[in-house]
Amino acid sequence: MIAIEFIIPVIMAAIFIFGLFKGVNVFNAFVEGAKEGLLIMFKIAPVIIGLVAAISMFKASGGLDVIVYALSVPARLLSIPKEILPMAVMRPVSGSGALALLNNICKTYGADSFVGRISSVLAASTETTLYTIGIYMGSAGIKKTGATLPASLIAELFAIIMAVFSVRLFFH
Amino acid sequence: MSGLILFSVIFGLINGQGSAVSKAVVDGAGEGITLCISMAGIICLWTGVMKVGEKSGLMDLFSKFLKPVTRLLFPKLKEGSEAHKYICMNMAANFFGLGNAATPFGIKAMSALAKQAGEKGKATRDMVIFTVLNTASIQFIPTTIAAIRSANGSKAPFEILPAVWMTSVLTAVCGVIVAIILCGRMNKNDCD
Repeated sequence: MIAIEFIIPVIMAAIFIFGLFKGVNVFNAFVEGAKEGLLIMFKIAPVIIGLVAAISMFKASGGLDVIVYALSVPARLLSIPKEILPMAVMRPVSGSGALALLNNICKTYGADSFVGRISSVLAASTETTLYTIGIYMGSAGIKKTGATLPASLIAELFAIIMAVFSVRLFFH
Repeated sequence: MSGLILFSVIFGLINGQGSAVSKAVVDGAGEGITLCISMAGIICLWTGVMKVGEKSGLMDLFSKFLKPVTRLLFPKLKEGSEAHKYICMNMAANFFGLGNAATPFGIKAMSALAKQAGEKGKATRDMVIFTVLNTASIQFIPTTIAAIRSANGSKAPFEILPAVWMTSVLTAVCGVIVAIILCGRMNKNDCD
């Protein structure tokens, strides 16, 4: 797996080389861009702090267990293994939380198990919905997000069903 | 976000986790700023690199390449506008699994779209579709997930690739279709 890890430096180098080839003052451009990056960070830092704090509170309140319990019956009807539910609920809420749960599942049931594979596919196929919406909409000053949240959550549900289906299709 | 906080506070109190929730506020805020600091490094690095790409005409190349896709998803979007440029770079970065490069472009794209928008503070259809697209990550190579699998003894961490491609693409399609349906009014850029 060494080759894969080189991709990022390779892409960076390729862009720099292309820039040099096109006569761009690479150093100046880089500094200009990095400065813009810093400004963007300033813009979104308040949103991130608020979101992380809110999610930390959610985790501490034990609300996750209640939601998982509520979802266990419909999950069984859709033949979704209940072991993936905690991670599935966490995924749109917290990326690091979801990865921690994924690690847990792989440790407990095995990374190549039915449950391990489904969780891996689910984790790789969706983003942390709340963060993304919060940052994108928050940075542009949008308060009325309209259909964004419902559409994303429906897509998350779809992803769960699809993850189970695709693992069944490819592996069992 | 306020809904989440309200739910956590009320539920936490009912659940007897009041003190845990209080602690979580402080811890969470600290976590948040730490996250920002660590994010800042990699994001600045990538925005710097991407500026080189922008000045060397690489971004325009991607814009041309992605025109058919953007024409389909954002029919009201003017090709060659700032918003279009940033949307294309965001899509390209996401595809190559460069989430930290994609985010700044996504934010810039949203600002550019907001400038074009009618009602201030309200998401237009383009914004909704763009954001939903970003919540469904279409990653070519899910390196982080593979690393976790490998650390837990997987014999073939990347074997899930076809399943991931299938799931993520279909999820993105589902999200966009639902967003379009919920937004209604195909001929305007409003989203209700």
